[in-house]
Amino acid sequence: MAAGEVWLRELEAIGGPGDVVVRPGDLAAYGYDATPGYRGVPDAVVFVRSTEQVQEVVRLARRHRLPVIARGSGTNLSGGTVPVSGGIVVAFARMNRILEIDEANLTVTVEPGVLTAQIHQAVEERGLFYPPDPGSMAISTIGGNVAENAGGLRGLKYGVTGDYVMGLDAVLASGELVRTGGKNVKDVAGYDLTSLFVGSEGTLGIVTRVTLKLLPLPEYRRVAVATFGAVEAAARAVSRIIAARIVPATLEFLDRGTIGAVEDYAHVGLPTGVEAMLLMAQDGPQPVVDRDVERMAVLCREEGALDVQVAASPQEGDRLMAARRFALSALARRRPTTILEDATVPRSRLAEMVRAIQRAARRHEVEICTFGHAGDGNLHPTCLTDERDPAEMERVEAAFEEIFAAAVDLGGTITGEHGVGLSKRSYLGWKLGETGLGVLRAVKQALDPEGILNPGKVVPETTRRRQVVRSA
Amino acid sequence: MRANTTRGVAEPGAETTAPPAGAPGASGAGPTQAAAGGPAGSFGGVLGALLANARDLTYQCMRCGFCLPACPTYRETLLETEGPRGRIQLVRAAAEGRIGLLEIAAHLDLCIGCRACETACPAGVQYGAILEQVRPAIEERAPRRPVERWARTLGIGVVLGHPAGIRWARWGLWLYQRSGLAALVRATGLLRRLAPAMARLEEVLPRQPAPWVRTATHRPAGGAGAPRVAASPGGGVGRRRVAFFEGCVQSAALFEVNRAAVRVLRAAGFEVVVPQGQGCCGAVHAHAGQYERALEQARRNIAVFERVDADYVVNIAGGCGAAMKEYPEWFERERAARAAAAGGHGSPANGAAADGVPAAGGDGWVERARRLAARVRDFSELLADHPLPPMGPVDATVTYQDSCHLRNVQKIVSEPRRLLQRVPGLRYVELPGADRCCGAGGIYNLTQPAMSARVLEEKMEQVRATGASILAVANTPCHLQLLVGARSSGLAREGLKVRHIAEILDEALAKGPKGG
Repeated sequence: MAAGEVWLRELEAIGGPGDVVVRPGDLAAYGYDATPGYRGVPDAVVFVRSTEQVQEVVRLARRHRLPVIARGSGTNLSGGTVPVSGGIVVAFARMNRILEIDEANLTVTVEPGVLTAQIHQAVEERGLFYPPDPGSMAISTIGGNVAENAGGLRGLKYGVTGDYVMGLDAVLASGELVRTGGKNVKDVAGYDLTSLFVGSEGTLGIVTRVTLKLLPLPEYRRVAVATFGAVEAAARAVSRIIAARIVPATLEFLDRGTIGAVEDYAHVGLPTGVEAMLLMAQDGPQPVVDRDVERMAVLCREEGALDVQVAASPQEGDRLMAARRFALSALARRRPTTILEDATVPRSRLAEMVRAIQRAARRHEVEICTFGHAGDGNLHPTCLTDERDPAEMERVEAAFEEIFAAAVDLGGTITGEHGVGLSKRSYLGWKLGETGLGVLRAVKQALDPEGILNPGKVVPETTRRRQVVRSA
Repeated sequence: MRANTTRGVAEPGAETTAPPAGAPGASGAGPTQAAAGGPAGSFGGVLGALLANARDLTYQCMRCGFCLPACPTYRETLLETEGPRGRIQLVRAAAEGRIGLLEIAAHLDLCIGCRACETACPAGVQYGAILEQVRPAIEERAPRRPVERWARTLGIGVVLGHPAGIRWARWGLWLYQRSGLAALVRATGLLRRLAPAMARLEEVLPRQPAPWVRTATHRPAGGAGAPRVAASPGGGVGRRRVAFFEGCVQSAALFEVNRAAVRVLRAAGFEVVVPQGQGCCGAVHAHAGQYERALEQARRNIAVFERVDADYVVNIAGGCGAAMKEYPEWFERERAARAAAAGGHGSPANGAAADGVPAAGGDGWVERARRLAARVRDFSELLADHPLPPMGPVDATVTYQDSCHLRNVQKIVSEPRRLLQRVPGLRYVELPGADRCCGAGGIYNLTQPAMSARVLEEKMEQVRATGASILAVANTPCHLQLLVGARSSGLAREGLKVRHIAEILDEALAKGPKGG
């Protein structure tokens, strides 16, 4: 195709030597992310190293009407970086400098391709703290974290990525650059454009620079673990902890299936016959931390915990946290396909949500284990299946549909931290309603009238009809 | 674009080319059911069956990307195609016929094979098994330049494929160094021009002892002669006999290290025998896709060590030990592939073959391999907590570079460190990133010299930062690679020595107790 060759030549003129991938055999490696069941093939991949290059690529894409898909490390879990309509993948892996750590203003300014763990390392060396810690942080990029508004284990106390983005640069579909926010703690000049781009999954603009808020590094940390004979007891303990005005740094939940898988895999000595487990951590000044952890232990015992262990040392704390660290590994080994979802409810409805998940799994005869961030109601129902079995995959889909419906009915949401991408689009209307979707479409239309930025993602064309499920 | 893209449903964006899963435990679609036109379909027999096994193993990958930070070639290039997740997905794409098998060859070739991705993988993907079962098919089809083909046949097939080849290599190397030929070659710069990577290796080779010097006196199998060395004052451990595995390149190029290791084992109270007829472990052949040759080496070594009445089979090279511990898997895979190729519904091919299933040919190699693997021990695995005679002080700062296969395949991490720390006077410093590959990768430093050198350069910077005067190693290719690195980084001129753990212990034992 002669036309195709024209844009390709233009693209190769934009990217440096070795920065453009066009061989079909290589493009296959850029057709997926970490979401099971989705695949595409891009027409080209370009590794960008500057904002100007991104602008040029977007202008080129606009001239030739090609989709543009921004990509960090491709660890996202809702299909957001799968190039389902082909096009140009803009890869940020090589645009990965930490530009500035501003200790006077407590900010760090970075390029999108920096790994989140590298930010942690760089700021902690100076006694500073960037709290968001998604499970993928060892490899996920900050650009991806911003695009998905990623959460993590410390969300309950510290919030999520978006709570730390003070300003950003984004390339619009026109190729123009918009600069939002900055280093000002207070800044209400106009609409909150920073928040508009955070979590927009590359559909409204392509973020090329981020300024993040930092905190002082907590001086001390302590961990405790409690096991329960019933999910309700664990959920009540969570409610009691929050009601006692304790906000722990981490408050994680594992259900029986997850605990069993962890024990089979890692033999960390978890008791059997346990229905639920809570992992609690607090950080801050030592007297406060010690007091909070002791009080959480007492509250768990009052709610009938079978066993409560408080770590005596950081090493002991790490050992207790092992169960949570192994959760995904243990589950992922059971079956070929692991679908990690993130239905989320207000934390007071935690027990009801866990029960709804278990009910849906039983009804549709699929294996779903649940772990996640109990303290903020963000659960990870994780389905162990095999994508090569179409009949089972249909049951999986039906079970998740029921789970998302239950979450929405409980005042929750269809995604807490993974984003909408491809896999949740058709459920988005359940959460936002037709009016909400209308606002979404209006924003998308205003900023990307030609629909070249990550087409087919987030904004649905239609909404799934809710299946009426009789309560069992 | 349709809106309601759902998982597992044939719509744009949904993956649909995966073959249906068979009955639980069955190994997916056989080679005959593979995607039409796909390479899996165009390969018959055992190669096709191995390829189908590899494809089935790729389904365990959930594409989470946790392997990427662990991968040396991903860290260097930041390209998805040069990381484990990309390679696994490319194997899947090729096996499903979406891309050609030869299109992925270069990416697989760039893999050092350090297996750090397996350690990092939450889902337990058997990356090594995927690679080793894809490579034979690629090897079959890959167009290679005649000179390359010849070099591979001579080097991997002839020299490393036969014990005699290894003996000839020892003689050849000794003659080369003694005859003045080495001096001539260096003076003319001939090798540097022809094969720079080979030249770098040649320059750091230690001076070879005469080839008639033997590692230890060979004792015929079952012979219970009197020990030649008095049992050392040990901690009440019964006297044990070990059979020593010499290795191919190890015995040809680093022979003195073997002798040091045998001296240490004897000092530790072991009776050491070195069975004749042993050859290369076969790891090089397995990595190169020459699976038949790899099995040939395995059969030879199994037979040789079966004839020896020894409690353990000890080796000093992490890569060889890993290969020998994986012999059972090699034979299980081959057995299952042969069964599948013969049209039988073979037992699951990936390490799950049920015992008692008569193997094609009924040779019982799986069982024999298991018996050998159960006796294989790495030098540091055996000695980390074993009583040793009093040692003299080694006044040096020592750091240790993991052997990737010792760490990631054999899962031996603390033992070498603990063993070093038992040497009096020795100041042990941990090497940051010791778990990261040095770029040796068997013969990778010859096949991919540019990438190997990049990885090595970074490694030597880390070594420099430790301020160590001795860099301890536990594997043959690492030893040679780090000798090259010490030279090219200038650290050798500043006094850095690269030494196997066995040599360090040997020196400390030779000094004897302080003031004694």
